Amino acid sequence: MNIFDVIGPVMVGPSSSHTAGAVKIGNVCLKLMGEKIQKADILLHGSFLATGKGHGTDKALVAGLLGFSVDDSRIPDSFRIAQESGLSYRFGAIDLGEDAHPNSVRMDLTSISGKKLEVQASSIGGGRIMVNRIDGLEANFSGDLPTLIVHNLDQPGHVAEVTSMLEHKSVNIATMQLYRSGRGGHAVMVIECDQEIPREALKWLEHLEGIEKVTYYSLQQEI
Amino acid sequence: MYDSLEKILEICNKQKLSFWEAVMQEDCREEGISPDDSREKMHAIYQAMRESDRNYDPALISSSGLSGTDAEKMRQSRLNGQLLQDDFTGKVMERALRVAESNACMKRIVAAPTAGSCGVMPAVLLTIREKLDLPDEKMEEALYTASGIGGVIAQRACLAGAEGGCQAEIGSASAMAAGAAVYLMGGTEEAIIHSCAMALSALLGLVCDPVAGLVEVPCVKRNVTGAVNAVCAAEMALAGIRSRIPPDQVIDAMKSVGRCMATDLRETGRGGLAATPEGQRIRDRLIGGS
Repeated sequence: MNIFDVIGPVMVGPSSSHTAGAVKIGNVCLKLMGEKIQKADILLHGSFLATGKGHGTDKALVAGLLGFSVDDSRIPDSFRIAQESGLSYRFGAIDLGEDAHPNSVRMDLTSISGKKLEVQASSIGGGRIMVNRIDGLEANFSGDLPTLIVHNLDQPGHVAEVTSMLEHKSVNIATMQLYRSGRGGHAVMVIECDQEIPREALKWLEHLEGIEKVTYYSLQQEI
Repeated sequence: MYDSLEKILEICNKQKLSFWEAVMQEDCREEGISPDDSREKMHAIYQAMRESDRNYDPALISSSGLSGTDAEKMRQSRLNGQLLQDDFTGKVMERALRVAESNACMKRIVAAPTAGSCGVMPAVLLTIREKLDLPDEKMEEALYTASGIGGVIAQRACLAGAEGGCQAEIGSASAMAAGAAVYLMGGTEEAIIHSCAMALSALLGLVCDPVAGLVEVPCVKRNVTGAVNAVCAAEMALAGIRSRIPPDQVIDAMKSVGRCMATDLRETGRGGLAATPEGQRIRDRLIGGS
Protein backbone atom coordinates (compact mmCIF):
# COMPACT_ATOMS: atom_id res chain seq x y z
CA MET A 1 0.00 0.00 0.00
CA ASN A 2 1.22 3.52 -0.76
CA ILE A 3 -0.26 7.01 -0.45
CA PHE A 4 -1.84 6.75 -3.91
CA ASP A 5 -3.85 3.77 -2.66
CA VAL A 6 -5.19 6.07 0.07
CA ILE A 7 -6.00 8.97 -2.27
CA GLY A 8 -6.97 7.14 -5.42
CA PRO A 9 -7.57 5.37 -7.62
CA VAL A 10 -9.19 7.76 -10.06
CA MET A 11 -12.15 5.61 -11.08
CA VAL A 12 -15.65 5.53 -12.45
CA GLY A 13 -18.11 5.04 -9.57
CA PRO A 14 -19.96 3.95 -7.62
CA SER A 15 -17.99 1.21 -5.84
CA SER A 16 -14.31 0.31 -5.77
CA SER A 17 -15.12 -3.37 -5.24
CA HIS A 18 -18.22 -3.69 -7.45
CA THR A 19 -17.18 -1.31 -10.23
CA ALA A 20 -13.40 -0.68 -10.34
CA GLY A 21 -12.59 -4.25 -9.25
CA ALA A 22 -14.97 -5.63 -11.89
CA VAL A 23 -13.27 -3.58 -14.63
CA LYS A 24 -9.92 -4.94 -13.49
CA ILE A 25 -11.19 -8.55 -13.57
CA GLY A 26 -12.39 -8.05 -17.15
CA ASN A 27 -9.05 -6.51 -18.02
CA VAL A 28 -7.03 -9.37 -16.55
CA CYS A 29 -9.19 -11.87 -18.51
CA LEU A 30 -8.50 -10.01 -21.76
CA LYS A 31 -4.76 -9.99 -21.08
CA LEU A 32 -4.78 -13.68 -20.14
CA MET A 33 -6.49 -14.41 -23.44
CA GLY A 34 -3.88 -12.33 -25.24
CA GLU A 35 -6.22 -11.40 -28.07
CA LYS A 36 -9.64 -9.82 -28.58
CA ILE A 37 -12.61 -11.61 -27.08
CA GLN A 38 -15.58 -12.49 -29.26
CA LYS A 39 -17.91 -14.23 -26.85
CA ALA A 40 -18.30 -14.03 -23.08
CA ASP A 41 -20.56 -16.01 -20.78
CA ILE A 42 -20.47 -14.06 -17.54
CA LEU A 43 -21.78 -15.86 -14.46
CA LEU A 44 -22.24 -13.77 -11.32
CA HIS A 45 -22.02 -15.10 -7.78
CA GLY A 46 -23.05 -13.74 -4.37
CA SER A 47 -23.04 -10.00 -3.92
CA PHE A 48 -21.99 -9.49 -7.54
CA LEU A 49 -25.26 -11.18 -8.48
CA ALA A 50 -27.40 -9.46 -5.83
CA THR A 51 -26.20 -5.86 -6.09
CA GLY A 52 -24.19 -5.96 -9.30
CA LYS A 53 -26.77 -4.25 -11.45
CA GLY A 54 -27.14 -1.26 -9.15
CA HIS A 55 -23.36 -0.90 -8.99
CA GLY A 56 -22.87 -1.27 -12.73
CA THR A 57 -20.82 -4.45 -12.16
CA ASP A 58 -22.20 -5.89 -15.41
CA LYS A 59 -21.17 -2.85 -17.45
CA ALA A 60 -17.81 -2.76 -15.66
CA LEU A 61 -16.99 -6.42 -16.45
CA VAL A 62 -17.79 -5.91 -20.14
CA ALA A 63 -15.77 -2.66 -20.14
CA GLY A 64 -12.82 -4.59 -18.74
CA LEU A 65 -13.14 -7.25 -21.46
CA LEU A 66 -13.01 -4.42 -24.01
CA GLY A 67 -9.72 -3.25 -22.46
CA PHE A 68 -11.00 -0.10 -20.75
CA SER A 69 -9.19 1.05 -17.62
CA VAL A 70 -10.97 1.76 -14.31
CA ASP A 71 -11.13 5.52 -14.97
CA ASP A 72 -12.51 5.29 -18.52
CA SER A 73 -15.64 7.45 -18.69
CA ARG A 74 -17.04 5.13 -21.40
CA ILE A 75 -17.67 2.37 -18.80
CA PRO A 76 -21.42 3.20 -18.48
CA ASP A 77 -21.71 2.79 -22.29
CA SER A 78 -19.80 -0.48 -22.48
CA PHE A 79 -22.80 -2.59 -23.64
CA ARG A 80 -23.31 -0.42 -26.70
CA ILE A 81 -19.56 -0.28 -27.45
CA ALA A 82 -19.32 -4.09 -27.10
CA GLN A 83 -22.04 -4.49 -29.71
CA GLU A 84 -20.27 -2.14 -32.07
CA SER A 85 -16.93 -3.92 -31.67
CA GLY A 86 -18.28 -7.45 -32.07
CA LEU A 87 -18.11 -8.71 -28.49
CA SER A 88 -21.20 -10.72 -27.63
CA TYR A 89 -21.92 -11.33 -23.97
CA ARG A 90 -24.50 -13.10 -21.86
CA PHE A 91 -25.07 -12.80 -18.11
CA GLY A 92 -26.19 -15.60 -15.83
CA ALA A 93 -26.17 -16.66 -12.19
CA ILE A 94 -23.91 -19.23 -10.56
CA ASP A 95 -23.33 -20.57 -7.07
CA LEU A 96 -19.58 -21.00 -6.66
CA GLY A 97 -19.97 -22.40 -3.16
CA GLU A 98 -19.41 -21.09 0.34
CA ASP A 99 -15.66 -20.77 -0.03
CA ALA A 100 -15.95 -18.32 -2.91
CA HIS A 101 -15.64 -14.60 -2.08
CA PRO A 102 -19.07 -12.86 -2.18
CA ASN A 103 -17.87 -10.66 -5.06
CA SER A 104 -17.02 -13.42 -7.50
CA VAL A 105 -17.56 -14.08 -11.18
CA ARG A 106 -16.85 -16.89 -13.59
CA MET A 107 -16.22 -16.01 -17.21
CA ASP A 108 -16.28 -18.53 -20.05
CA LEU A 109 -14.54 -16.76 -22.88
CA THR A 110 -13.87 -17.38 -26.57
CA SER A 111 -11.38 -15.25 -28.52
CA ILE A 112 -11.65 -14.10 -32.14
CA SER A 113 -9.36 -16.97 -33.20
CA GLY A 114 -11.44 -19.53 -31.26
CA LYS A 115 -9.21 -19.86 -28.19
CA LYS A 116 -11.13 -20.80 -25.04
CA LEU A 117 -10.47 -19.59 -21.50
CA GLU A 118 -12.38 -20.05 -18.27
CA VAL A 119 -11.55 -17.68 -15.41
CA GLN A 120 -12.97 -17.43 -11.90
CA ALA A 121 -12.02 -14.23 -10.09
CA SER A 122 -13.10 -12.12 -7.13
CA SER A 123 -13.01 -8.46 -6.20
CA ILE A 124 -11.58 -8.37 -2.71
CA GLY A 125 -11.99 -4.68 -1.78
CA GLY A 126 -10.57 -1.27 -2.64
CA GLY A 127 -10.40 -2.20 -6.34
CA ARG A 128 -7.96 -5.05 -5.68
CA ILE A 129 -8.77 -8.42 -7.20
CA MET A 130 -7.76 -12.06 -7.05
CA VAL A 131 -7.92 -14.57 -9.87
CA ASN A 132 -8.98 -17.83 -8.21
CA ARG A 133 -9.20 -20.46 -10.95
CA ILE A 134 -8.14 -20.81 -14.55
CA ASP A 135 -9.62 -23.53 -16.75
CA GLY A 136 -11.04 -25.30 -13.71
CA LEU A 137 -7.78 -25.52 -11.75
CA GLU A 138 -6.86 -23.39 -8.73
CA ALA A 139 -4.63 -20.39 -9.53
CA ASN A 140 -4.39 -17.49 -7.10
CA PHE A 141 -2.84 -14.22 -8.23
CA SER A 142 -3.57 -10.51 -7.95
CA GLY A 143 -2.94 -9.14 -11.43
CA ASP A 144 -0.45 -6.64 -10.00
CA LEU A 145 2.62 -8.46 -11.37
CA PRO A 146 3.45 -10.25 -14.64
CA THR A 147 2.13 -13.78 -14.08
CA LEU A 148 2.90 -17.08 -15.78
CA ILE A 149 0.38 -19.90 -15.56
CA VAL A 150 1.56 -23.29 -16.81
CA HIS A 151 -0.77 -26.30 -17.05
CA ASN A 152 1.23 -29.51 -17.22
CA LEU A 153 1.04 -33.21 -16.54
CA ASP A 154 1.99 -34.04 -12.95
CA GLN A 155 5.43 -35.47 -13.77
CA PRO A 156 8.91 -34.81 -12.36
CA GLY A 157 10.95 -32.01 -13.93
CA HIS A 158 8.43 -29.48 -15.22
CA VAL A 159 8.94 -27.03 -12.36
CA ALA A 160 12.70 -27.15 -12.98
CA GLU A 161 12.20 -26.55 -16.72
CA VAL A 162 10.12 -23.46 -16.07
CA THR A 163 12.27 -22.00 -13.29
CA SER A 164 15.54 -22.53 -15.17
CA MET A 165 14.01 -20.81 -18.19
CA LEU A 166 13.17 -17.85 -15.92
CA GLU A 167 16.69 -17.82 -14.53
CA HIS A 168 18.09 -17.88 -18.06
CA LYS A 169 15.97 -14.81 -18.94
CA SER A 170 16.95 -13.02 -15.69
CA VAL A 171 13.37 -13.01 -14.45
CA ASN A 172 13.00 -12.99 -10.67
CA ILE A 173 10.16 -14.97 -9.08
CA ALA A 174 8.01 -13.02 -6.60
CA THR A 175 5.60 -15.82 -5.64
CA MET A 176 5.10 -19.38 -6.80
CA GLN A 177 2.25 -21.83 -6.24
CA LEU A 178 1.72 -25.42 -7.33
CA TYR A 179 -1.59 -27.26 -7.54
CA ARG A 180 -2.70 -30.57 -8.98
CA SER A 181 -5.94 -32.44 -9.53
CA GLY A 182 -4.38 -35.63 -8.13
CA ARG A 183 -1.11 -37.56 -8.26
CA GLY A 184 -0.06 -38.08 -11.85
CA GLY A 185 -3.00 -36.02 -13.14
CA HIS A 186 -3.17 -32.41 -14.28
CA ALA A 187 -1.08 -29.81 -12.49
CA VAL A 188 -0.74 -26.06 -12.61
CA MET A 189 2.06 -23.65 -11.69
CA VAL A 190 1.26 -20.01 -10.98
CA ILE A 191 4.35 -17.79 -10.94
CA GLU A 192 4.23 -14.05 -10.25
CA CYS A 193 7.37 -12.34 -11.56
CA ASP A 194 9.17 -9.04 -10.97
CA GLN A 195 10.03 -8.71 -14.67
CA GLU A 196 8.19 -9.41 -17.92
CA ILE A 197 8.92 -12.75 -19.60
CA PRO A 198 10.05 -12.53 -23.25
CA ARG A 199 7.59 -13.93 -25.83
CA GLU A 200 10.06 -16.40 -27.35
CA ALA A 201 10.61 -18.00 -23.94
CA LEU A 202 6.87 -18.62 -23.64
CA LYS A 203 6.80 -20.14 -27.15
CA TRP A 204 9.65 -22.45 -26.17
CA LEU A 205 7.75 -23.60 -23.07
CA GLU A 206 4.62 -24.37 -25.07
CA HIS A 207 6.46 -26.97 -27.13
CA LEU A 208 7.89 -28.96 -24.24
CA GLU A 209 6.67 -32.52 -23.71
CA GLY A 210 4.12 -32.69 -20.87
CA ILE A 211 3.29 -28.97 -20.94
CA GLU A 212 -0.40 -28.67 -21.82
CA LYS A 213 -1.06 -24.95 -21.84
CA VAL A 214 0.90 -21.76 -21.22
CA THR A 215 -1.01 -18.65 -20.24
CA TYR A 216 0.76 -15.38 -19.60
CA TYR A 217 -0.50 -12.20 -18.00
CA SER A 218 1.60 -9.22 -19.04
CA LEU A 219 1.29 -5.72 -17.62
CA GLN A 220 2.61 -4.13 -20.81
CA GLN A 221 0.62 -5.89 -23.47
CA GLU A 222 -1.86 -3.80 -25.48
CA ILE A 223 -4.70 -5.71 -27.11
CA MET B 1 3.76 4.76 5.10
CA TYR B 2 3.76 5.95 8.68
CA ASP B 3 1.68 4.14 11.28
CA SER B 4 1.47 6.95 13.82
CA LEU B 5 0.40 10.60 13.61
CA GLU B 6 2.46 11.39 16.68
CA LYS B 7 5.53 9.87 15.04
CA ILE B 8 5.02 12.11 11.98
CA LEU B 9 4.73 15.12 14.31
CA GLU B 10 7.98 14.13 16.03
CA ILE B 11 9.81 13.79 12.70
CA CYS B 12 8.47 17.17 11.55
CA ASN B 13 9.71 18.84 14.73
CA LYS B 14 13.11 17.14 14.65
CA GLN B 15 13.87 17.62 10.96
CA LYS B 16 12.04 20.94 10.53
CA LEU B 17 9.72 19.49 7.92
CA SER B 18 6.11 20.21 7.07
CA PHE B 19 3.68 17.36 7.63
CA TRP B 20 3.23 16.95 3.88
CA GLU B 21 6.99 16.86 3.25
CA ALA B 22 7.48 14.10 5.80
CA VAL B 23 4.69 12.07 4.18
CA MET B 24 5.98 12.58 0.64
CA GLN B 25 9.61 11.81 1.52
CA GLU B 26 8.66 8.56 3.24
CA ASP B 27 6.50 7.45 0.30
CA CYS B 28 9.23 8.29 -2.23
CA ARG B 29 11.72 6.29 -0.21
CA GLU B 30 9.43 3.25 0.11
CA GLU B 31 8.27 3.26 -3.50
CA GLY B 32 11.67 4.15 -4.94
CA ILE B 33 10.36 7.15 -6.89
CA SER B 34 11.64 10.71 -7.17
CA PRO B 35 9.82 13.66 -5.56
CA ASP B 36 9.20 15.03 -9.07
CA ASP B 37 7.47 11.82 -10.18
CA SER B 38 5.46 11.74 -6.99
CA ARG B 39 4.34 15.34 -7.40
CA GLU B 40 3.38 14.68 -11.00
CA LYS B 41 1.16 11.84 -9.86
CA MET B 42 -0.43 13.97 -7.15
CA HIS B 43 -1.01 16.72 -9.70
CA ALA B 44 -2.99 14.26 -11.85
CA ILE B 45 -5.03 13.17 -8.82
CA TYR B 46 -5.79 16.79 -7.98
CA GLN B 47 -6.89 17.54 -11.53
CA ALA B 48 -9.15 14.47 -11.50
CA MET B 49 -10.63 15.67 -8.22
CA ARG B 50 -11.40 19.10 -9.69
CA GLU B 51 -12.98 17.48 -12.73
CA SER B 52 -15.16 15.26 -10.55
CA ASP B 53 -16.63 18.46 -9.12
CA ARG B 54 -16.89 20.30 -12.45
CA ASN B 55 -18.47 17.38 -14.33
CA TYR B 56 -21.59 17.18 -12.18
CA ASP B 57 -24.70 16.82 -14.28
CA PRO B 58 -27.79 18.10 -12.38
CA ALA B 59 -30.09 16.05 -14.63
CA LEU B 60 -28.40 12.71 -13.96
CA ILE B 61 -30.14 10.03 -11.87
CA SER B 62 -28.50 6.76 -10.78
CA SER B 63 -29.66 3.50 -12.35
CA SER B 64 -31.50 2.56 -9.12
CA GLY B 65 -33.30 5.91 -9.15
CA LEU B 66 -32.13 6.59 -5.59
CA SER B 67 -29.56 9.33 -6.23
CA GLY B 68 -29.27 12.52 -8.24
CA THR B 69 -30.46 16.16 -8.44
CA ASP B 70 -29.92 16.93 -4.74
CA ALA B 71 -26.77 19.04 -5.21
CA GLU B 72 -28.75 21.28 -7.54
CA LYS B 73 -31.49 21.71 -4.90
CA MET B 74 -28.82 22.72 -2.40
CA ARG B 75 -27.37 25.16 -4.91
CA GLN B 76 -30.72 26.81 -5.56
CA SER B 77 -31.35 27.14 -1.85
CA ARG B 78 -27.94 28.73 -1.40
CA LEU B 79 -28.34 31.11 -4.35
CA ASN B 80 -31.78 32.17 -3.11
CA GLY B 81 -30.31 33.10 0.26
CA GLN B 82 -32.37 30.53 2.15
CA LEU B 83 -29.50 29.08 4.20
CA LEU B 84 -29.00 29.83 7.88
CA GLN B 85 -25.33 29.02 7.47
CA ASP B 86 -22.87 31.16 5.57
CA ASP B 87 -22.15 30.75 1.86
CA PHE B 88 -18.94 28.82 2.55
CA THR B 89 -20.70 26.04 4.46
CA GLY B 90 -23.47 26.00 1.85
CA LYS B 91 -20.87 25.44 -0.85
CA VAL B 92 -19.20 22.66 1.14
CA MET B 93 -22.55 20.88 1.45
CA GLU B 94 -23.37 21.37 -2.22
CA ARG B 95 -19.98 20.08 -3.39
CA ALA B 96 -20.13 16.99 -1.20
CA LEU B 97 -23.47 16.16 -2.84
CA ARG B 98 -22.18 16.96 -6.35
CA VAL B 99 -19.27 14.53 -6.17
CA ALA B 100 -21.05 11.79 -4.20
CA GLU B 101 -24.04 11.92 -6.57
CA SER B 102 -21.71 11.80 -9.56
CA ASN B 103 -20.16 8.65 -8.11
CA ALA B 104 -23.59 7.02 -7.74
CA CYS B 105 -24.27 7.92 -11.39
CA MET B 106 -21.10 6.22 -12.71
CA LYS B 107 -19.09 9.36 -13.32
CA ARG B 108 -15.33 9.55 -12.76
CA ILE B 109 -14.23 10.38 -9.20
CA VAL B 110 -11.17 10.05 -6.97
CA ALA B 111 -11.62 7.43 -4.24
CA ALA B 112 -10.47 9.37 -1.14
CA PRO B 113 -10.11 7.10 0.67
CA THR B 114 -13.03 5.12 -0.83
CA ALA B 115 -15.50 5.70 -3.65
CA GLY B 116 -18.36 5.89 -1.14
CA SER B 117 -16.65 8.77 0.68
CA CYS B 118 -15.33 10.52 -2.43
CA GLY B 119 -17.29 13.75 -1.83
CA VAL B 120 -15.77 14.77 1.50
CA MET B 121 -12.27 15.84 0.46
CA PRO B 122 -13.20 17.83 -2.67
CA ALA B 123 -16.06 19.50 -0.78
CA VAL B 124 -13.75 20.86 1.91
CA LEU B 125 -10.57 21.48 -0.08
CA LEU B 126 -11.99 22.94 -3.29
CA THR B 127 -14.23 25.30 -1.34
CA ILE B 128 -11.25 26.56 0.69
CA ARG B 129 -9.30 26.98 -2.56
CA GLU B 130 -12.12 29.06 -3.99
CA LYS B 131 -12.29 31.27 -0.92
CA LEU B 132 -8.54 31.82 -0.49
CA ASP B 133 -7.52 31.57 -4.16
CA LEU B 134 -4.75 29.03 -3.51
CA PRO B 135 -2.30 27.74 -6.15
CA ASP B 136 -2.31 24.10 -7.35
CA GLU B 137 0.98 23.30 -5.57
CA LYS B 138 -0.49 24.24 -2.21
CA MET B 139 -3.59 22.12 -2.90
CA GLU B 140 -1.43 19.15 -3.83
CA GLU B 141 0.53 19.55 -0.60
CA ALA B 142 -2.80 19.42 1.22
CA LEU B 143 -3.50 16.12 -0.55
CA TYR B 144 -0.18 14.73 0.72
CA THR B 145 -1.20 15.83 4.20
CA ALA B 146 -4.51 14.00 3.82
CA SER B 147 -2.92 10.86 2.39
CA GLY B 148 -0.47 10.69 5.29
CA ILE B 149 -3.39 10.82 7.70
CA GLY B 150 -5.33 8.18 5.72
CA GLY B 151 -2.21 6.03 5.62
CA VAL B 152 -1.89 6.05 9.40
CA ILE B 153 -5.59 5.15 9.75
CA ALA B 154 -5.13 2.31 7.22
CA GLN B 155 -2.16 0.94 9.19
CA ARG B 156 -3.64 1.24 12.67
CA ALA B 157 -7.29 0.59 11.84
CA CYS B 158 -8.91 0.32 8.39
CA LEU B 159 -10.55 2.30 5.59
CA ALA B 160 -13.24 -0.16 4.46
CA GLY B 161 -16.89 -0.09 5.54
CA ALA B 162 -17.00 -3.87 5.39
CA GLU B 163 -14.29 -3.96 8.02
CA GLY B 164 -14.92 -0.95 10.26
CA GLY B 165 -18.31 0.47 9.32
CA CYS B 166 -18.93 3.95 7.92
CA GLN B 167 -16.69 5.51 10.58
CA ALA B 168 -13.82 3.93 8.63
CA GLU B 169 -14.95 5.51 5.35
CA ILE B 170 -16.71 8.83 6.02
CA GLY B 171 -14.95 9.12 9.39
CA SER B 172 -11.52 8.66 7.82
CA ALA B 173 -12.36 10.96 4.90
CA SER B 174 -13.45 13.59 7.40
CA ALA B 175 -10.22 13.23 9.43
CA MET B 176 -8.15 13.49 6.24
CA ALA B 177 -10.08 16.56 5.04
CA ALA B 178 -9.78 18.22 8.45
CA GLY B 179 -6.00 17.83 8.53
CA ALA B 180 -5.67 19.06 4.95
CA ALA B 181 -7.89 22.05 5.74
CA VAL B 182 -5.73 22.99 8.73
CA TYR B 183 -2.69 22.89 6.46
CA LEU B 184 -4.35 25.14 3.87
CA MET B 185 -5.30 27.62 6.62
CA GLY B 186 -1.70 27.78 7.83
CA GLY B 187 -2.10 25.73 11.00
CA THR B 188 0.72 23.93 12.80
CA GLU B 189 1.54 20.23 12.48
CA GLU B 190 0.16 19.71 15.95
CA ALA B 191 -3.13 21.38 14.94
CA ILE B 192 -3.28 19.07 11.90
CA ILE B 193 -3.18 15.87 13.91
CA HIS B 194 -5.59 17.17 16.55
CA SER B 195 -8.10 18.19 13.88
CA CYS B 196 -8.00 14.55 12.67
CA ALA B 197 -8.61 13.30 16.18
CA MET B 198 -11.59 15.61 16.68
CA ALA B 199 -13.10 14.84 13.26
CA LEU B 200 -12.80 11.08 13.78
CA SER B 201 -14.03 11.24 17.39
CA ALA B 202 -17.21 12.94 16.23
CA LEU B 203 -18.08 10.12 13.82
CA LEU B 204 -16.97 7.20 15.98
CA GLY B 205 -19.49 4.38 15.87
CA LEU B 206 -21.05 5.34 12.53
CA VAL B 207 -22.37 2.14 10.96
CA CYS B 208 -22.29 1.09 7.30
CA ASP B 209 -25.91 0.28 6.41
CA PRO B 210 -26.41 0.85 2.67
CA VAL B 211 -29.96 0.31 1.47
CA ALA B 212 -30.08 -2.59 -1.01
CA GLY B 213 -26.28 -2.80 -0.62
CA LEU B 214 -25.81 0.16 -2.95
CA VAL B 215 -23.37 3.06 -2.39
CA GLU B 216 -26.24 5.56 -2.37
CA VAL B 217 -28.51 5.67 0.71
CA PRO B 218 -27.32 6.97 3.13
CA CYS B 219 -23.78 7.25 1.69
CA VAL B 220 -24.39 10.29 -0.52
CA LYS B 221 -25.75 12.44 2.31
CA ARG B 222 -23.19 11.19 4.82
CA ASN B 223 -20.58 12.82 2.60
CA VAL B 224 -22.18 16.15 3.58
CA THR B 225 -21.94 15.23 7.27
CA GLY B 226 -18.29 14.21 6.88
CA ALA B 227 -17.38 17.41 5.03
CA VAL B 228 -19.06 19.85 7.43
CA ASN B 229 -17.68 17.89 10.39
CA ALA B 230 -14.18 18.26 8.91
CA VAL B 231 -14.57 22.05 8.68
CA CYS B 232 -15.73 22.17 12.33
CA ALA B 233 -12.80 20.05 13.50
CA ALA B 234 -10.33 22.18 11.53
CA GLU B 235 -11.76 25.41 12.94
CA MET B 236 -11.52 24.05 16.49
CA ALA B 237 -7.91 22.94 15.98
CA LEU B 238 -6.98 26.31 14.44
CA ALA B 239 -8.56 28.05 17.43
CA GLY B 240 -6.14 26.15 19.66
CA ILE B 241 -8.58 23.50 20.88
CA ARG B 242 -6.97 20.07 21.35
CA SER B 243 -8.38 16.56 21.47
CA ARG B 244 -8.31 15.28 25.06
CA ILE B 245 -7.55 11.80 23.73
CA PRO B 246 -4.25 11.64 21.76
CA PRO B 247 -4.83 11.31 17.98
CA ASP B 248 -3.31 7.82 17.60
CA GLN B 249 -5.45 6.54 20.46
CA VAL B 250 -8.58 7.91 18.77
CA ILE B 251 -7.69 5.88 15.67
CA ASP B 252 -7.12 2.79 17.82
CA ALA B 253 -10.54 3.38 19.38
CA MET B 254 -12.07 3.48 15.90
CA LYS B 255 -10.56 0.09 15.21
CA SER B 256 -11.92 -1.46 18.37
CA VAL B 257 -15.37 0.07 17.82
CA GLY B 258 -15.32 -1.46 14.32
CA ARG B 259 -14.51 -4.84 15.81
CA CYS B 260 -17.52 -4.55 18.13
CA MET B 261 -19.91 -3.84 15.25
CA ALA B 262 -22.18 -6.70 14.23
CA THR B 263 -21.64 -7.83 10.64
CA ASP B 264 -25.18 -6.62 9.86
CA LEU B 265 -23.77 -3.10 10.34
CA ARG B 266 -20.70 -3.52 8.16
CA GLU B 267 -21.71 -3.06 4.51
CA THR B 268 -23.86 -6.16 4.31
CA GLY B 269 -27.05 -4.18 3.70
CA ARG B 270 -28.79 -6.13 6.48
CA GLY B 271 -28.86 -3.69 9.41
CA GLY B 272 -29.58 -0.05 10.24
CA LEU B 273 -31.35 1.92 7.51
CA ALA B 274 -31.15 -1.05 5.14
CA ALA B 275 -33.26 -3.10 7.56
CA THR B 276 -36.07 -0.53 7.93
CA PRO B 277 -39.39 -1.38 6.25
CA GLU B 278 -38.72 1.26 3.57
CA GLY B 279 -35.13 0.08 3.15
CA GLN B 280 -36.36 -3.45 2.59
CA ARG B 281 -39.10 -2.30 0.24
CA ILE B 282 -36.49 -0.53 -1.89
CA ARG B 283 -34.32 -3.61 -1.81
CA ASP B 284 -37.19 -5.87 -2.90
CA ARG B 285 -38.07 -3.51 -5.74
CA LEU B 286 -34.46 -3.39 -7.01
CA ILE B 287 -33.25 -6.91 -6.40
CA GLY B 288 -36.26 -9.05 -5.58
CA GLY B 289 -36.73 -10.60 -2.15
CA SER B 290 -34.28 -13.13 -0.82
